[in-house]
Amino acid sequence: MSIPGSFYLVLSAALFSIGAVGVLLRRNILVMFMCIELMLNAANLAFVTYSRLLGDIGGQSIVFFVLVVAAAEVVVGLGIVVAVFRRRSNAVADDLSSMRG
Amino acid sequence: MVYAAVLMPLLPLLGFAILVTFGRRLGEPVSGWIGTAAIGGSFLAAIVTLTGLLGLDRESRSVVQHLFPWIQAGGFKVEAGLLIDPLSITMCLFITGISTLIHLYSVGYMHGERDFSKFFVYLNLFVASMLILVLSSNLLVTFVGWEGVGVCSYWLVSFYFDRESAASAGKKAFTYNRIGDVGLLLAMFLVFKTVGSLDYETIFAHMSSFSVTIATLVALALLLAAAGKSAQIPLFNWLPDAMEGPTPVSALIHAATMVTAGVYLLCRMAPVLHAAPAARSTIELVGGLTAFVAATVATSQRDIKKVLAFSTVSQIGFMVLAVGAQAYIAAMFLMVTHAFYKALLFLGAGSVIHGLHDEQDIRHMGALRKVMPWTFGTFMIGWLAIAGVPPFAGFWAKGDVLANVWASNKLLWALGLFTALLTAYYMTRLFVVAFTGKPNYELEGPHGEPAIATPHESPWTMRLPLIILAVFAFGAGIFDLPWAHRDSMVGFLEPVFIHGHAFTEIHESTTLQIILAGADALVAVLGLALAFKLWRGGSERPELEPEFFVNVWHWDAAYDKVIGRPAQRLAAFAADVVDVKIIDGAVEGSAAGIGRFAQWLRGAQTGYVRHYALAIVAGLALLLAYLLVAVH
Amino acid sequence: MNVLLATNITITDAAVFTVAALGCLVGALGVVLARNTVHAALALVLTLFGIAVLFIEQEADFLAAVQVIVYAGAVVVLFLFVIMFLGVDRREEFGMEVLSAQRPVSAVLVAVVIGVLTTMMATAHWVTGAKHVAGATHGPFQNVNDLGRSVFTTYLFSFEVTAALLVIAVVGAVTLARRSGHATADGQLELDAFEPFPGGEARP
Repeated sequence: MSIPGSFYLVLSAALFSIGAVGVLLRRNILVMFMCIELMLNAANLAFVTYSRLLGDIGGQSIVFFVLVVAAAEVVVGLGIVVAVFRRRSNAVADDLSSMRG
Repeated sequence: MVYAAVLMPLLPLLGFAILVTFGRRLGEPVSGWIGTAAIGGSFLAAIVTLTGLLGLDRESRSVVQHLFPWIQAGGFKVEAGLLIDPLSITMCLFITGISTLIHLYSVGYMHGERDFSKFFVYLNLFVASMLILVLSSNLLVTFVGWEGVGVCSYWLVSFYFDRESAASAGKKAFTYNRIGDVGLLLAMFLVFKTVGSLDYETIFAHMSSFSVTIATLVALALLLAAAGKSAQIPLFNWLPDAMEGPTPVSALIHAATMVTAGVYLLCRMAPVLHAAPAARSTIELVGGLTAFVAATVATSQRDIKKVLAFSTVSQIGFMVLAVGAQAYIAAMFLMVTHAFYKALLFLGAGSVIHGLHDEQDIRHMGALRKVMPWTFGTFMIGWLAIAGVPPFAGFWAKGDVLANVWASNKLLWALGLFTALLTAYYMTRLFVVAFTGKPNYELEGPHGEPAIATPHESPWTMRLPLIILAVFAFGAGIFDLPWAHRDSMVGFLEPVFIHGHAFTEIHESTTLQIILAGADALVAVLGLALAFKLWRGGSERPELEPEFFVNVWHWDAAYDKVIGRPAQRLAAFAADVVDVKIIDGAVEGSAAGIGRFAQWLRGAQTGYVRHYALAIVAGLALLLAYLLVAVH
Repeated sequence: MNVLLATNITITDAAVFTVAALGCLVGALGVVLARNTVHAALALVLTLFGIAVLFIEQEADFLAAVQVIVYAGAVVVLFLFVIMFLGVDRREEFGMEVLSAQRPVSAVLVAVVIGVLTTMMATAHWVTGAKHVAGATHGPFQNVNDLGRSVFTTYLFSFEVTAALLVIAVVGAVTLARRSGHATADGQLELDAFEPFPGGEARP
């Protein structure tokens, strides 16, 4: 009997929350992105934990796909960041507020 | 042959259709001849129908001609049908006869008018509506005709629509009519509720279903309708104003036909009146008062047509008085003779107006005997007839009415007799001032400019109807001479009212009848003499024309003050306060409110990504909280 | 799950878990709190490694390996590329916040999220006892077999779709990031002058 799943899950929740705080409060685009990666990882951890608890390999398959999608997302996202913030010294999210109502 | 009755309204409708489509192209005078021919054909159909009716047995002279089923809505069935009985055929005969003469007259009178064919369009439609009203076999089709004559009256009164006064008069006529229509509608509702049908025969067969209260209400409602249509108190003010229309219109609609529709309705619904004594007393009172008031006003009017208009109101008052006294046949007799001599008087007045180039003030007339001999002669006959001088028709008819009223209410009889005196007085005044004396028309023209050359007699198209009508005005008494009742009109009309249990025979002694007749004759001669003495030689006697009478007892002013002004204030209130502030305010206010709300809501779209992320997390938190609470 | 006080936890397991978990948390906090962006990226690497160790702890070996190779190896390197490219050695402004409620509200919300999640985990009965769908997890080396079998049979369609997605992502990124230009006389590509905000003035 190894570590009970609940520990992993609490850890996952904590990581997720920290990531959320980061997204909400940091202004640097790249740091916001990294926090989103944090949240994704927290979710992956939860999936793997449940895969072990329920004895179902499907959980791990999902993580596999999440990984792939996260990578694709980072690629495109950073492409956008590069396209918008070229030649600027600081990539601040608050500068892009022209789409206001 | 009785079934020729359907042609009576059909031919004028056909005339209307032809004229409305081709009238303007046909022009003058062909459209006039077509109109006259249509009504002439209708008159012939009436004669044929009469012959057919006379061929039937006396007790069974009530034929219903079913045309087509009109409304079938559940328990409410109305069919378009004609009821041909002595009452309706009497009406039809004099309506079509006089209408034909007036159509002929109009061909001459309306010569040169811009809207010549339009006039005949309206006239034909009017006659068709009147015939539908009279011939109908149920209340609803009567109402159709009722409304039809109302609207044609409106069109014809405001025929010269570019004149402000004419347009207003048309509106006034229509409005007063509509107020009366409420009465007819109420009566229809009550009747349907009581009997379940609007058919006359069905109603009269079920008279036992009518309680006294219901019958009284129905009768009073019908009185309201008649007051509107036949210009009785309190709805008579429109008739004098309706003189704005061309004179043939005044002659046809406002003397002989439309204004008699109310009396006809009351006569037709006689069985209902029979069951409501209180209503009958009211009807008598209304009739008597109207006759008196209108007669007083007529003594002081200076416009020839206005005198005749108030005279009409007064004479119809007599008819209504007779109806109230349950003397229906006397009322019908007076209606027929009145139609003849009133139409004659109006057409004669039209002839004078035409001949004097649109002069209507009697003070500017005078000495017309040599200038317009035919008009003079026929007008004289009409004058004597209406004044009640024997042996002209008016004497017999009015005598009949008064004799019956004596049997019912002595007080009203006295009032009626006094009114007859006034009638003789004002008609003589009119004749003396307008036709005899010095020629005042040479002093000035109608609008103050120097007089126009010579007044002239009218063309034959106008003279012929005058002559024919004069013959009838003189001799129509023959229809119902007192000693030959059974063989004449009374005998003819009796079965209608006996079957409805509405007939009351007068059983006075012959002596009393002669005394009453003598009183009538005396009164007529007295009025004549009085007027001659007072008005001979002078046309301006302001002291004999009290302002109170000239202004129609200030009736119009009173209506304006009591009803008109408050209604206008209410309308202004509704327009300015209710409509603008409340309704518009609510509608625009809610729109503005939504706009303001949307503006406020815009504040959430800041454009900052992190704020949107905050919103996402907030949603997530709520969702989780919900799951926590709901699932566990 | 209610077995918080399990009896068979070995010392090794506990130690590994504790260290890895700590590493994750420290790394996460580092990402959020670091002033310097490069430091943040490095902190992220620490977290990813921690997660990888935890994967191994849970007998998801293949995934741990993939995590290190793809995430820590490729994604973070990409991040670092961009950081360098944009030249972010300047410090971030931590003073003003546009919406003054942002910080307190964020704190509250996140606290709520953590609280609820933990409560749910503590009180829930998630183990349904359903039969495994994609195959059981067994001992070492079997994990790759099982995962492979699952991905290439049950979830084959998803696999193909994600492959396509990757291609699209790459194409998209190239399109987004390139600068348009024209060919010069000697066959070279001359890039157009860069306009950060085409058609308008640059915002501050």
